[in-house]
Amino acid sequence: MEMKTLRHPQLDDPLQRALLREIESGLPLVARPYAEIGRRLGMSEAEVISRMRRLLASGVLKRLGIVVRHRKLGYLANAMVVWDVPDDQVDRIGRLLGRMPCVTLSYRRPRRLPDWPYNLFTMIHGQDREAVRAHVERLVRDFGLQDIPHEILFSRRSFRQRGARYFSLVSDNERNRDQTGRIR
Amino acid sequence: MNEDAPLTPEEYRLISQYQQGLPLEPHPFARMAEQLRTSEDWVIETLHRLQEEGVVSRIGPVVRPNSIGVSTLVAMRVPPERLEEVAELVNRHPEVNHNYEREHEYNLWFVVTAPDEAHLQRTLAAIREETGLPMLDLPMLEDYFIDLGFPLSWK
Repeated sequence: MEMKTLRHPQLDDPLQRALLREIESGLPLVARPYAEIGRRLGMSEAEVISRMRRLLASGVLKRLGIVVRHRKLGYLANAMVVWDVPDDQVDRIGRLLGRMPCVTLSYRRPRRLPDWPYNLFTMIHGQDREAVRAHVERLVRDFGLQDIPHEILFSRRSFRQRGARYFSLVSDNERNRDQTGRIR
Repeated sequence: MNEDAPLTPEEYRLISQYQQGLPLEPHPFARMAEQLRTSEDWVIETLHRLQEEGVVSRIGPVVRPNSIGVSTLVAMRVPPERLEEVAELVNRHPEVNHNYEREHEYNLWFVVTAPDEAHLQRTLAAIREETGLPMLDLPMLEDYFIDLGFPLSWK
């Protein structure tokens, strides 16, 4: 199987997993959210804060903050732009594109020949389709991507948009193995 | 919720400053209020309301892909007259998070997330069977993007 299934060493700690499960769908909007989370998990507020620092420092969390739904903010056009990049260039170009402000995701994924030739996936947002097309044209020009085939897949409808919830899917067995004393 | 409803300048400032770096201290919302020269109550109430209106999905973490569980992007070529039905079948699985219609021969794109590979594959197999449609399974191999939140400033 090609997929990377690394579990970060931080998550070998059952208390870190319990904490992530508690916060993944959002912090409680109360004056002392970390104390509230601690209360649910039987941890002190200070311990919650120091554990969250570790989750951030170790890279398990990319960020902690307000997560917006871009469609509600007027960025109505969102296009997945896929590129067929030679394998020896994909890391370089993936990183270049991933740094541009109009690009909100840049992933390498496998080709599925003959059905699917593209191996670099970027997400590009704009207020309308013209804005998105203009961004793509500029990227092609600025980075010299004229020889790299690409397609723009505009989204038409969103049937679901929400953050991934890993732990709400964990089996009961796994939950019972957690030594948190609290099983939701 | 009106999709064009603009944020007030205060709401805009709150969101653009705190897509990352939520204060990790006992009174985070009070600290934010101090920095924004407003009150803790305003911050909490505003976040609550924006969440109810759907502008804000949550105040919380963005987890690095594949650091906890596994996920993949799935593309399906759905006959147009079956699109809504198939999207609904797909959405019945709690493992599915983003699910979009896109303008392409592959017209349905969704992300499936699971605690482990076996669970993921079971979910894909179930969707294949329920819809009777083949799929492209496109797991992430490399993440080149550093997430700093949604770029509000380049409007």
